[in-house]
Amino acid sequence: MAGALLEVNGVVKRFGGFTALNHVSLHVKTGERFGLIGPNGSGKTTLINCVSGSLHADEGRILFDGRDITTLPAHRRTRLGIARSFQIPKPFTSMSVRDNLGIPMENAGHAHAGGAETEQILREIGLAAKADLRPAGLTQIEMRKLELARAMAARPKLLISDEAMAGLSHAEVDDILAILFRLNAQGITIIMIEHIMRAVMRFSERIVVLDAGERIAEGTPDEIVRNPAVEKAYLGE
Amino acid sequence: MPARRFAGSLLVGVAVVAIVILLAAFRDNALFTINPYVYFAGYVILQYVLIATAWNILGGYAGYVNFGTPAFFALGAYTAVFLIRTVKAPLPVLILAGGLVAALLGLGIGYLTLRLRGTFFSIATLALSVVLQTIIMNWEFVGGSRGLSVLRPPGPPFGNYVVFLFTVMAGLAVAAVLVARTIERSWIGRGLAALRDNEEAAECMGVPTLRLKLFATTVSGFLLGVAGAPFPYYVTFVEPNSAFALDYAVNALAMPMIGGTTSWVGPVLGAVLLGTASQLAIVTISSEMNLFIVGVVLVAFVVLAPEGILGLVRRLRGR
Repeated sequence: MAGALLEVNGVVKRFGGFTALNHVSLHVKTGERFGLIGPNGSGKTTLINCVSGSLHADEGRILFDGRDITTLPAHRRTRLGIARSFQIPKPFTSMSVRDNLGIPMENAGHAHAGGAETEQILREIGLAAKADLRPAGLTQIEMRKLELARAMAARPKLLISDEAMAGLSHAEVDDILAILFRLNAQGITIIMIEHIMRAVMRFSERIVVLDAGERIAEGTPDEIVRNPAVEKAYLGE
Repeated sequence: MPARRFAGSLLVGVAVVAIVILLAAFRDNALFTINPYVYFAGYVILQYVLIATAWNILGGYAGYVNFGTPAFFALGAYTAVFLIRTVKAPLPVLILAGGLVAALLGLGIGYLTLRLRGTFFSIATLALSVVLQTIIMNWEFVGGSRGLSVLRPPGPPFGNYVVFLFTVMAGLAVAAVLVARTIERSWIGRGLAALRDNEEAAECMGVPTLRLKLFATTVSGFLLGVAGAPFPYYVTFVEPNSAFALDYAVNALAMPMIGGTTSWVGPVLGAVLLGTASQLAIVTISSEMNLFIVGVVLVAFVVLAPEGILGLVRRLRGR
């Protein structure tokens, strides 16, 4: 597909007898702000795990930048330009915030000029004052910011934000949203997985809805809110 | 950086002690007239510096706790026995071969980490010793369960054979510490620390976790095998119960934990302190007491100072 940075074609993922993803296809265009929503257990995170390489798809193909990455290990995909944040923050607890960024910088960022760039990311995200702290000393929102900052240090083309706002206050959600808008303006394609509708609807140019491992809708935020199938998936009959 | 300054002062301390010992020896006008038992016990302590350092590359840096130290150590020792019996290979060859065979075993358990993490990995390594010991006990050529006498080759390059072995072990221990220190300060060491903290996040941040784990298990296995290779010449009678002794499993883990696992200094500190203490205990109290002492000290540290002596020092310095 022309202009597609990420293409997911008929991906199937089973856990034993349970089908978490049933022939899911979607594409994300270069530079796009893409929203992925669906009720709990609909397969959003499983799909993201298949894209980032934490899980491997049982069937189907995943193309990134025109290249088949279906069987690549996760660290190779990161080096190609796919970075993600985790729903439950997974910081490197024995290192300072700065050294947390050093790991992707050194392993995927192709940069030995690390120092200056690390400081710049920390400033942009708003963690510069906490650079020498260990993650245990961070607040909830700072922890989410660290997740994003660490993903940024890998110099991604595609950033996957997995529920970076869950549990945050209204103002904090706006704070994270502003960061994501800024990153997108710098040319980074962003997939946002989120339960906070206010945020996804404002952020996304296009949204795909998953329900029970199947893709049930696609469209602009306006189309999605008016879609009866989506309403049914969230609220029942 | 306080940790580095501390490491520096430790090195200076060790050097001073070594010089004092040498001067004392020369005052008696010969290095070799001091009580040979000092060398005999010193060998054991140095051997533990090597073992603790080797264990820590996997257990401390990568966070994969290996209970199978005796398997690697004995594999080095029995490789040496085999080569002594078949081709009368010289000591450097024994050390290299013992290391390489144990490195292969290390590579093998490295692939185990694909499926087993945390406690489950540790349990698998525990089984390793049992399986290997059973095989050795049924292999008559290397002595089986009865054991085998090994004759030391005549004429060591200097002194008597125990002094020679002591010197060799000192060299090996220093080399191992240098290897550990180099790893720790390279991208490999930082990558291992990342995967110790969170393996999934490390992989997603571009760290080639499998390759690093295989590296750690192989290097750790190699050095543990190296530690075991001179053992037959040291004891001159090799039998499974001493080569697969529980002491190795316990000490390999206890020494780095007591010293501190995140830096190469920790295992050295732990091995010197605990090794010396248990050698003294063997002489003054009883040989049965020494593992008991290790156990008590380990429990005390796990409860009171989980980051070991290095962690205590860091805390006292207010960091």
